[in-house]
Amino acid sequence: MIEILATRCTACNTCVSACPDHVFDVGSPGELPLIARPDQCQTCFLCELYCPQDAIYVAVGDPDAIPRSALDSDPVGRIRHDYGWDGGTDDPLRYFWKLGPLLRQGVEISSARYALLLQAGKENGLREDGAPADAQAP
Amino acid sequence: MIFEHPDRKTADMDEISADVLIVGGGMAAGWAAVAAAKTGAAVVVADKGFMGTSGVTATAGPNHWWVPPDAGRREAAVRKRLETAFGLADPTWMARIIDITWRSIPELEPWYPFSGDGQGGVYRSGLRGPEYLRALRHYATSLGVRILDHHPVLELLARPDGSIGGAAGHDRLADRPWRARAGAVILATGGCAFRSGLLGSYSNTGDGYLMGVEAGAELSGMEFCIAYSISPAWLSTRTLPYTGARFFDAAGRQLDTPGWDRPREYLCSLAAAFRSGPVYADLHEAPRELPGVIREIQPATVAAFERRGLDMFRDRFEVKLFGEGTIRGTGGLRIADACCATSVPGLFAAGDAATREHIAGATSGGGAQNAAWALSSGVLSGQAASSAAARRSHSDRQSRLLSMGGAGLHPTGAVRPVDRKAVVQTAQAEILDPDKALWRSEAKLSMSAKWLEDAWEDVCGSLRGEGLDAVAARETAAMAATARWCNAAALARKESRGMHIREDYPGQDTDWSRRLITGGLETVYTQREEAPVSELAL
Repeated sequence: MIEILATRCTACNTCVSACPDHVFDVGSPGELPLIARPDQCQTCFLCELYCPQDAIYVAVGDPDAIPRSALDSDPVGRIRHDYGWDGGTDDPLRYFWKLGPLLRQGVEISSARYALLLQAGKENGLREDGAPADAQAP
Repeated sequence: MIFEHPDRKTADMDEISADVLIVGGGMAAGWAAVAAAKTGAAVVVADKGFMGTSGVTATAGPNHWWVPPDAGRREAAVRKRLETAFGLADPTWMARIIDITWRSIPELEPWYPFSGDGQGGVYRSGLRGPEYLRALRHYATSLGVRILDHHPVLELLARPDGSIGGAAGHDRLADRPWRARAGAVILATGGCAFRSGLLGSYSNTGDGYLMGVEAGAELSGMEFCIAYSISPAWLSTRTLPYTGARFFDAAGRQLDTPGWDRPREYLCSLAAAFRSGPVYADLHEAPRELPGVIREIQPATVAAFERRGLDMFRDRFEVKLFGEGTIRGTGGLRIADACCATSVPGLFAAGDAATREHIAGATSGGGAQNAAWALSSGVLSGQAASSAAARRSHSDRQSRLLSMGGAGLHPTGAVRPVDRKAVVQTAQAEILDPDKALWRSEAKLSMSAKWLEDAWEDVCGSLRGEGLDAVAARETAAMAATARWCNAAALARKESRGMHIREDYPGQDTDWSRRLITGGLETVYTQREEAPVSELAL
């Protein structure tokens, strides 16, 4: 579900170009772009990121998307701000190097958790797959 | 101003001429465009969407296989990766792509906001998708590359001798057809996830596989199309937050899910859990630093939760497996030489459109290897396509061009309405259903072959899209064709190797230590590659 905010949109049609999946069409001269093919939206937020006016809001999870007004804080402009494309930060990618280490930390956490489980299983006479040690192989 | 508005388009847009035409607008296409333009070629990029947001890299943040030019370290890196390639990768290719990747990324310096690596240096191995693709667009444009956004290609055009000399498509914003004449063509159309909902993959419908095979090219490794990523049930995101997740069933019982160090067991365990009902993730045990930085690393992941009124690190949420098909699988157009040429003169393949067996073999290349492949195969194909174009004579360049497109454009029978949704659902059901994909067998694959054959016959015999609708018709045809090739290859490989696990052939068979070629339209063929993959000494 996509919302174009009429009070902010300048009909520059940047979203029409930037959408990878042809969701929008150019509207009549001076009019808002048309959300012509909403079923093709993959909720990637890239139209929001590219909109220089913060005039688009992409809701998440049709058909039961939560209206913007019902959210705790106004999400308009948030994507562009978080990516640092609104000029709000000089170094938007300062933490990007942490992606790999954090991914690996998560892997270690889930792997260690399962190793403990196997250990406990062995102590209780269970095989590696969780079946009793004397069970027939599947 | 990077946007070309439809109303400013000039009248000459219908007939385009280039030395090198690149089909696609993602990472491989971008690097191909840069490499070809550096040789002085006139380069045109025709992308289905927008070069900068199209494809699976734009929504991602790929890390690249990143090894400094130290002979010992590089040899060790190649050796380590060979161990998990199950005999189908080639160390020479691996060494080449590591080197090309290392030399290429720094070229983005003027266009990409590189930042620190946490140790006082510059972090170059990983790049965030939107900024990466924007940088590639700017870099290509600075070299004179002409970019045609929203210009899906519908079919390749061949010269009377069978070599590829152009492509035809539809300008979807102006809603009119276009044609390009080119010295050589690169297919950088990405892989195929069969519209599973996988983030960024909506337009990755296997178009390049279909166009390539129609032109006479072969595929390789299509049986290696089994990969899934976990995400909230309502939206596919990157998987960074979930590697440490705990999983629960609907009754709130914690599942004994294996860790991410056992990828197949992890996947099989989740697939089994989904059979009994919904599965929920809990991120309370995520790395402690993650909540504080995830918004800056992956803003879109945070939005997927916030916009549902959820706190991802506190609230339990329903999850789903999203099929990744040949995107994180390794199959694609067969590479016939050392420079990413297909077996068809004038036609090249790069990125996920090409097979990645050279560097990944029978297991997923994972993010780092796949990104290095997309980059390097782009560079290699760009250079080689430029040379191929330069070798074409003037009369070749003026030659008559023949349409190569079939299914979805020119049905073999009378045009009838085809239930396109049902066709795509068949492809999804037969290829992506974890019960079929993770535990393959002759019985299941034969049954799938029948359903896929019926779907293909329907498409091939009756489906015709015209104007803008031709784009969707071709996408449907490409998904049906791709599913058929994946299934045929899986049926033919009578052994288990890497991600391809056959319940009826559980062992790895040395007779099968070679790649499997697939292709054909009316009937699908499979053929073991003659030579086993060379065990070249390092």
